[in-house]
Amino acid sequence: MELFIEQSLNGLQLGLTIFLLAAGLTLVFGIMGVINLAHGSLFMVGAYGAALTAAKTGSWILGIAGGLAASALTGFLVEVAIVRRLYHRDHLYQVLATFGLILFFNGLVALLVGRAPLLMETPKALSGFVEILPGIPYPTYRLAVMAVGLTVALGLWLFIARTRTGMLIRAGSTNRSMVAALGVDIGRLYTLVFSLGAMLAGLAGLMVGPIRSVQIGMGEQVLILTFLVIVIGGIGSIRGAFVGSILIGLVDTLGRAYLPSLFKVFLTGSIADGLAGTLSSILIYLVMAVVLVVRPRGLFPVSE
Amino acid sequence: MIFKALTTAGAALLVMTTAAAAQVKIGFITTLSTPAGYLGEDARDGFNLAVDEEGGKLGGTPVQVIVEDDKLRPADGKQIADKFLQSDKIKLFSGIIFSNVAGAVVPGILEADGIYVSPNAGPSPFAGKDCNANYYVTSWQNDNLHESAGALAKKLGYKNMVLLAPNYQAGKDAITGFRRLYGGGVIEEIYTSLDQTDFSAEMAKIRSLKPDAVFQFHPGGQGIAFLKQWAQSGLKDQIAMVVAAPSLDQRIAAAAGDAAIGIRATAHWNVDFPNEANKAFVAGFRKKYNREATIYASQGYDTAKLIGAALKATGGKLDDKAFRTAMLKADVKLTRGAFKFGPNQHPIQDWYEIKAVKAADGSVALETVGKVLENHGDAYAKDCKL
Repeated sequence: MELFIEQSLNGLQLGLTIFLLAAGLTLVFGIMGVINLAHGSLFMVGAYGAALTAAKTGSWILGIAGGLAASALTGFLVEVAIVRRLYHRDHLYQVLATFGLILFFNGLVALLVGRAPLLMETPKALSGFVEILPGIPYPTYRLAVMAVGLTVALGLWLFIARTRTGMLIRAGSTNRSMVAALGVDIGRLYTLVFSLGAMLAGLAGLMVGPIRSVQIGMGEQVLILTFLVIVIGGIGSIRGAFVGSILIGLVDTLGRAYLPSLFKVFLTGSIADGLAGTLSSILIYLVMAVVLVVRPRGLFPVSE
Repeated sequence: MIFKALTTAGAALLVMTTAAAAQVKIGFITTLSTPAGYLGEDARDGFNLAVDEEGGKLGGTPVQVIVEDDKLRPADGKQIADKFLQSDKIKLFSGIIFSNVAGAVVPGILEADGIYVSPNAGPSPFAGKDCNANYYVTSWQNDNLHESAGALAKKLGYKNMVLLAPNYQAGKDAITGFRRLYGGGVIEEIYTSLDQTDFSAEMAKIRSLKPDAVFQFHPGGQGIAFLKQWAQSGLKDQIAMVVAAPSLDQRIAAAAGDAAIGIRATAHWNVDFPNEANKAFVAGFRKKYNREATIYASQGYDTAKLIGAALKATGGKLDDKAFRTAMLKADVKLTRGAFKFGPNQHPIQDWYEIKAVKAADGSVALETVGKVLENHGDAYAKDCKL
């Protein structure tokens, strides 16, 4: 039972990390209609910005600021220089251009920082454990990641649902030309949304820095998972991205945790371990397939 | 006056053409892009360092090293090899890091009567009955990495272990290799997925299984993530961990920081080996590239040295028989110390226990503890008839 609680927490934490990425991607995809494959690069920029700033200054708080600034600024530049030209183009152009951006950013980081992975330590204040229930020590850092994820989810919901800018974003996604005709600078709004999405991706990147490896190509590893989540959740829906992320986080973690013992009931040793490993790695894709059969437009489709 | 200038120019041209005729071209196909790009970068730089030490020569023969990036794609590697063979007329090859690339590239080179000297990948299919007289491996037969880790676990007296590896061929080979010399109890084998970066589920499970020690094979970024999460989960203070060399190289240790301290690995080379050849190499590498040498750099360097020794004996000729006789003598001091080729032209060498410790300046250093295996060959050599 204690193990189950711990594994569920692990799943929740993975889900909330994916959510930060998925939120930005679903906003950009849903509102501006742009498939941004370079979203993972912004995740990498956030992690590199934070790791380099923290190493230079010795302060992880400045590191966070550095990572957020780097990713938001990169997002802004990418929108102004490239993505702005893609809004009216076919998805194929968007995929080509943003795939090119992935190669560009990977090459740029290799040139500027080098190919060796970077050191990014857990902040000292968050490096211990908390005994959440007797007998279950849980890493403080992971709890902090969950807290940030939940706060951002709440903040985004308030921003989209309760503020004037949020209202304009929603309106812009439904009828771009009408909003523009009402005198709203829709171009500026899009730049804002794209930079915000970039900053969220950067936040995810800098938060996983101490957990994973800060290296070139770290964004591509999470990109597929992120697309999976927004497809499950319904493209353009923040709520869908949230539910989808938690669902995928839980299914993935619990699958890896419990499938091997389940297989051991009717198979032996290595065969069970190998088969369970294979199945648990495709489990999330099975979930996506099932969701799409039942609800072809995702769990929370945005009405058009 | 004009006549004199012309004859000088003519003489210079003549010198250049004779020099070019004696020059040996080496096709170096390696992985420079992708997250694993630092492996190929180090192998290339180690190889070039040996060439530079002799002023552009190996064993007295002028060489030209032509480097291309295989991007970790077997098809790209094959294409580069074909180009090297056909347009550049290259006969001598090296550089490949990954076994899947080697699997696609090496047969084509050998069919075209080329010579391949591997500085890293040593997959089993080319070590047994399909071994080849023109195929040399200077690094290891892949299984050695895990066999030596298994031997270390046995030496340390672990009885109940959990073994983890990614769910693909090299991961399964790792676990098989480890078990070959470990011989103790295995509570569970856990197969992770190849793109996995979060291991919290596996670690919670390990906590509940309570093993003496864990063996995990996750090279590169996955390995860094594993070490960080292992330390964060608090398991590092309770359960010992043994890994193979690719899961604890100098770059991984530097990127994992304190999370790496106390982890043990096995390797055939370490930066602190006290022999003269290694001291010169480590200092030379630092001076030229301004960074610490890695195991991949040492392998690139040793490969160049072995090729150099062979070229010296043949006077720069790549004639199959003479080159092979000279190559198999391995008459040169390598950075790793004792080395000879086994019957399948794969290494017979010593394996050492390496431990990550905190250095005086606060960084993580890899320290050699002692020998684990002596004159260790591989399990496939007996099937090779050369």
